Amino acid sequence: MIETRGLTKVFHDKKRGQIRAVENVSFACKAGQIYGLLGANGAGKTTTLRMLATILEPTDGTALICGHDIVEKPEEVRKNVGFLSTATALYPRLTSQEMVEYFGRLNGLDEATLQKRRDEIFLRLDMNSFRDRRCDKLSTGMKQKTSIARTLIHDPQVMIFDEPTLGLDIMTARTIIDFIRECRQRGKTVIFSTHVMSEVEKLCDVVGIIQSGKLLAEGSLAELRDRYHQHDLEEIFVEVVSPYQTTEA
Amino acid sequence: MNLHAIGVVYRKELTEWLRDRRTLISTVLVPLLAFPILMVGITALATVMIGNAEKEVPQIMILGGEDSPQLLDGLKKSDQIKVVPSADNWKDQISNKEIRAAVQIPNGFQAALANGQAPAIDIYYYEGELKSSFGRDHLKKAIEDYRDGVVKNRLAAKDLPASVLTPFEIKQENVAPPEKVSGAGIGGFIGYAVILLCLTGAMYPAIDLTAGEKERGTIETVLSSPISRLDLVVGKFLLVFSASLVSAILSVTSMGTSFAILGHTHLLMNSSGNQPLNLNLGLVSVVAVFFMALPLAFLFSAVLMTIASFAKTYKEAQSYLTPLTFLVVIPAVASIMPGVELTPKLALIPVLNTSLVCKEIITGTYHWGSILMIFLSTCIYAAGALFLAVKMFQREDVLFRS
Repeated sequence: MIETRGLTKVFHDKKRGQIRAVENVSFACKAGQIYGLLGANGAGKTTTLRMLATILEPTDGTALICGHDIVEKPEEVRKNVGFLSTATALYPRLTSQEMVEYFGRLNGLDEATLQKRRDEIFLRLDMNSFRDRRCDKLSTGMKQKTSIARTLIHDPQVMIFDEPTLGLDIMTARTIIDFIRECRQRGKTVIFSTHVMSEVEKLCDVVGIIQSGKLLAEGSLAELRDRYHQHDLEEIFVEVVSPYQTTEA
Repeated sequence: MNLHAIGVVYRKELTEWLRDRRTLISTVLVPLLAFPILMVGITALATVMIGNAEKEVPQIMILGGEDSPQLLDGLKKSDQIKVVPSADNWKDQISNKEIRAAVQIPNGFQAALANGQAPAIDIYYYEGELKSSFGRDHLKKAIEDYRDGVVKNRLAAKDLPASVLTPFEIKQENVAPPEKVSGAGIGGFIGYAVILLCLTGAMYPAIDLTAGEKERGTIETVLSSPISRLDLVVGKFLLVFSASLVSAILSVTSMGTSFAILGHTHLLMNSSGNQPLNLNLGLVSVVAVFFMALPLAFLFSAVLMTIASFAKTYKEAQSYLTPLTFLVVIPAVASIMPGVELTPKLALIPVLNTSLVCKEIITGTYHWGSILMIFLSTCIYAAGALFLAVKMFQREDVLFRS
């Protein structure tokens, strides 16, 4: 599971000075749950997820993933995490199979386990027709499937998706949505960020609304509807976020 | 440090590297072809061109000299030149390469000679034009033959032997071994070329594995895996270092082969021009040059990775690394300059020290103290540079610079 405790990230920019990208964010997500981090561009979603994936180090606070502290044991955390975003590209000169195998080996899998898992995943995702094709020759859908296979190869308990459907066509985005759902069914802990309301409505057990690096509201969709007396998630989002946007303006 | 993880990264980078045409050209093709093209190709071309120019019997114009029939006759009879009728536009004809040179014989030349005076003869030619220079030389030789005849006649008239002019002979003999003679000429160039090829061989892999990875968006993918950043950098570094070594091995092998071919064909002559230059470098020299290039290749790989990791794109990295090429070329060229010798102080300056020691090794000189100092100092610089490269990969502002 995931448990964040006062997660904070401050960047230093020569022109803009100190930027508090994420400020004191605390939430929890249990196994078999999907936690949706909903926010506008620049709200702090990507920075939060990058910290959970231990790609960035928190300035303050921490998080526990499967009982491992992201600051103290980042490598143990990464063994339990599958991270997928539009920024996690594929190596163009490797084939789809080589790409997946590379990440299996980086995760310390022995060759027998690696081959077994690889073949299972390739069958499940219907990837056998392009497994020997170089990644730079794959279609967007094939690339996404390869990325999914890459995140699954070490069978992580926690899946982190940063705007995974951004810029994808409907059919490819659907593959991703189905995959996230499947992760929940398999009992994995899933956190994903988006600014697409319909995705949150379809998938999330718990929603966190983030703006200016602060977690402003959190709860299940039903709880949020009760709290803000709105049915439409977009209206709830605007109501939560508006005061902060006015303050900033 | 996890050797298994480093090996995994290295194998993957090697696979990608072998599939990248750009890096293969800079690491394999250029070092392999640079020496044969530069040495054998250019030397053979120059030899052919010079040979053709030398074989030509140059067309020469004689200006004046109607009252000096003996000289005129001597020049016309010479088989080294072909005399053409004189014309007023002789200067244009030289410029337009219609004739190679012209000679001005002053009025009353023969009479003045007979009176014991020393009149001057002017030769006109086109400086910088190879065939005109050869034409001048042939013409001068023909005139000198005539002058020698005059001297001989004068000596005979006074009943003096020819040895009056050369009372004794001067003989010169070289005591330097052949490899020293050849090494003095080409040693500096070899060090310079090997150093430059080590740099260019490492440059493109270094960019591709750092800035290239950022540009393609794969850096975030690999950072999300459990591998430590130290292991990741070391795996990448080993590939860049391998590329540099491949360049060094290929360039040294290609160099040795090129010189062997040149030596065998006797295309190059020694500085006195009387015997072919011995270009057989010897296996020991070749291995020693490669050995000295090792720490430098290590240093280049680490420095290139450190600098290239700052860049966000391939192009940006190229613009950062171009000035570095000049920084390397300057000391490498300085070592070729005559009079620049290896001193204890210069032995501490990276690049220059290796270039100078390579020059010495090629000439068969092994100053073990200097060699050890250069090897160790370059190793220390290289370790420092690798430490910096690892630090760069641990800095978020470098990896995710926006």
